[in-house]
Amino acid sequence: MEYYRSHVLVCGGTGCTSSGSATLLKLLDEKLAEYGLEKEVKPIRTGCFGLCEAGPVVIVYPEGTFYSRVTPRDIDEIVSEHLLKGRVVKRLLHHAKQAETAVDLSLDEMPFYKHQTRVALRNCGVISPENIDEYLAFDGYKALEKCLLHMTPQEVTATVIASGLRGRGGGGFPTGIKWQLASKSESPVKYIICNADEGDPGAFMDRSVLEGDPHSVLEAMTIAGYAIGAHEGYIYVRAEYPIAVKRLEIAIEQAKGYGLLGENILESGFSFDIHIRLGAGAFVCGEETALMVSIEGRRGEPHPKPPFPAVKGLFDMPSNINNVETLANIPPIINKGPEWFRSMGTEKSPGTKVFALGGKINNTGLVEVPMGTPLRTVIYDIGGGIPGGKQFKAVQTGGPSGGCIPAELLDVPIEYDSLTAIGSMMGSGGMIVMDEDNCMVDIARFFLDFTVDESCGKCTPCRIGTKRMLEILDRIVSGKGEEGDIEKLEKLAETIKATALCGLGQTAPNPVLSTLRFFRHEYEAHIRDKKCPAHHCRALLEYVIGPDCRGCTACMKACPVGAITGEPKVVHHINPDKCIRCGACQTKCRFGAISRQ
Amino acid sequence: MKSLSELEAIRQKTLERIALRKEDRDDGVRIVIGMATCGIAAGARPVMAAFMDEIDRRHLRNVTVTQTGCIGMCRLEPMVDVIAADGSKVTYVKVNPEKARMIVADHIVNGHPVTEYTIGNYADQA
Ligand SMILES: Cc1cc2nc3c(=O)[nH]c(=O)nc-3n(C[C@H](O)[C@H](O)[C@H](O)COP(=O)(O)O)c2cc1C
Repeated sequence: MEYYRSHVLVCGGTGCTSSGSATLLKLLDEKLAEYGLEKEVKPIRTGCFGLCEAGPVVIVYPEGTFYSRVTPRDIDEIVSEHLLKGRVVKRLLHHAKQAETAVDLSLDEMPFYKHQTRVALRNCGVISPENIDEYLAFDGYKALEKCLLHMTPQEVTATVIASGLRGRGGGGFPTGIKWQLASKSESPVKYIICNADEGDPGAFMDRSVLEGDPHSVLEAMTIAGYAIGAHEGYIYVRAEYPIAVKRLEIAIEQAKGYGLLGENILESGFSFDIHIRLGAGAFVCGEETALMVSIEGRRGEPHPKPPFPAVKGLFDMPSNINNVETLANIPPIINKGPEWFRSMGTEKSPGTKVFALGGKINNTGLVEVPMGTPLRTVIYDIGGGIPGGKQFKAVQTGGPSGGCIPAELLDVPIEYDSLTAIGSMMGSGGMIVMDEDNCMVDIARFFLDFTVDESCGKCTPCRIGTKRMLEILDRIVSGKGEEGDIEKLEKLAETIKATALCGLGQTAPNPVLSTLRFFRHEYEAHIRDKKCPAHHCRALLEYVIGPDCRGCTACMKACPVGAITGEPKVVHHINPDKCIRCGACQTKCRFGAISRQ
Repeated sequence: MKSLSELEAIRQKTLERIALRKEDRDDGVRIVIGMATCGIAAGARPVMAAFMDEIDRRHLRNVTVTQTGCIGMCRLEPMVDVIAADGSKVTYVKVNPEKARMIVADHIVNGHPVTEYTIGNYADQA
């Protein structure tokens, strides 16, 4: 029987796979057979649904019931109750405990999804990424048909220009203009490159697209090849993304089988082939010039532009390089037209943008919103706010190249130019939320530590300059900061920004500059008062026992260095000279009497 | 190598298969079958199989089959609601596989509810 009355979608993204979704699928198969439902109900492994915090996620259609944190023990109940008898297993519904109305809460009504507009993620979690037929059914390869059979390369490029699509890899350069530049370079050999290096800490937008909808990237690369006159493409993807790599390989195989990739595609006379190259995970290899030499098999180091890739790129041939998410936007733009695309987002930043929400936020995961959406909507309405009743402090966008945005600027709309104006940047889409317990100096130190590690060492400002900045920050957080350190940081930052060879160095000081701009008092408190206002930096804090102490002696027993003294039933005392600030006493205290100061 | 028409055929065929995952399903008909213990005991499982088989054979898109719990008239089970896109509902009672096939043919395909099986006919006796 071909007709299934119900489809059970099990998330097979990296997040849910590591929390056991593969086991769930296997059990589901077994249980469906046991209840004789295997011809009525079809389990499908999909890409990421986005709400990774709730994983593993299982969605039952046609109802659209959203089950979260499903464990192997729950499968029998889902099959015997929901799939056999039609009774929703309420206790597994997402947020069933908080919301009374959760009974009917299905995917589209959940606040997490209600505010989203899914374009790049349109098929993620909806289709099986390993089945080209399902991609085809959701208008897959229609854009390619339209381009190859009914449009000239110039018309394709003009359409992308008209859409106003800008690069989603961080730079925000207009995609259509880039295609036009590459198309104008005369050469028998040209290349299309897909940048799937995704090196920002905590970002996983591109991985999800590749895992959930690999064909959309293949289709877009082929369209780009047609537009600029290239016949070969490379996908540069990091080796840490094994599921993405496997699904890309399957997708390439299937597309070739259907004649949608390879020689004489759709008998149009146009040929295009795609290769996969694995990156070893160096951040700098996401930078386009370094990426290209890495594909060539050489050491991944950037080189100055010009010449730009559109003139002299991979193997010295004119090349066009685009980010995964940029490419995923191409098929719908071709199918629905540039006006449709411009109907979303803002005048200067049309369309949508995917963000990886992480840090101190309730709904960790992947979200796609129209450009121009205020940060507040993303953090509170979609992200569900800050856990544990804590105060929001700042949100970091743009990863190691970006900056922190404080609470008073939460109503700023998310678009390229407005974020740059407040000292941050769109970046590739990492969004890390921080609460009152985060020390902003330490956050800046964290990102700089990352760039120092990832600097390729080719140019001096980046290799030595960032290292010197890190040393100063290390000093400040360990209580050894001196007057004049802030000024030194600022001077170094300006010099590095002005002189580094590639984007890595040019943007590396941004986390320091933006925290200095909005949280300068925290730096000053560390340096002058030797205090960390967030009570985070170990060297600058003291554990203190307050009047709530009942004298139960639990903390005394927990202290590994014998720093706590006191009699039973009398308030205890911590000797700051002996204390190593491990926090063991605070964890043990049942009365909340111990605080950091 | 697939031709354009072959690709289109794959699209149509797959769409039939996965239509229930499409968001814009509002033009569809829903068949809701009472599948509590009483329904199953009265034979709701073969009724559901018959509905599915008939839908499959006729390549009907935008028809979904779901189950519901007991609504308290156990002696009239298997009970089946056919809910049209506009929300109007016809309730059939004591359905068996043959009646199920007839409901698909007459009601869902041709738009004529099979009045002799509807609950109205049994209500007097109820
Ligand atoms: C240090 C550094 C790392 C980068 N990493 C990435 C990356 O991981 N993925 C990406 O798409 N672009 C990355 N970029 C941007 C690329 O150089 C390039 O602008 C981008 O791939 C162009 O594609 P787009 O126009 O579609 O955004 C990085 C740039 C720099 C300077």
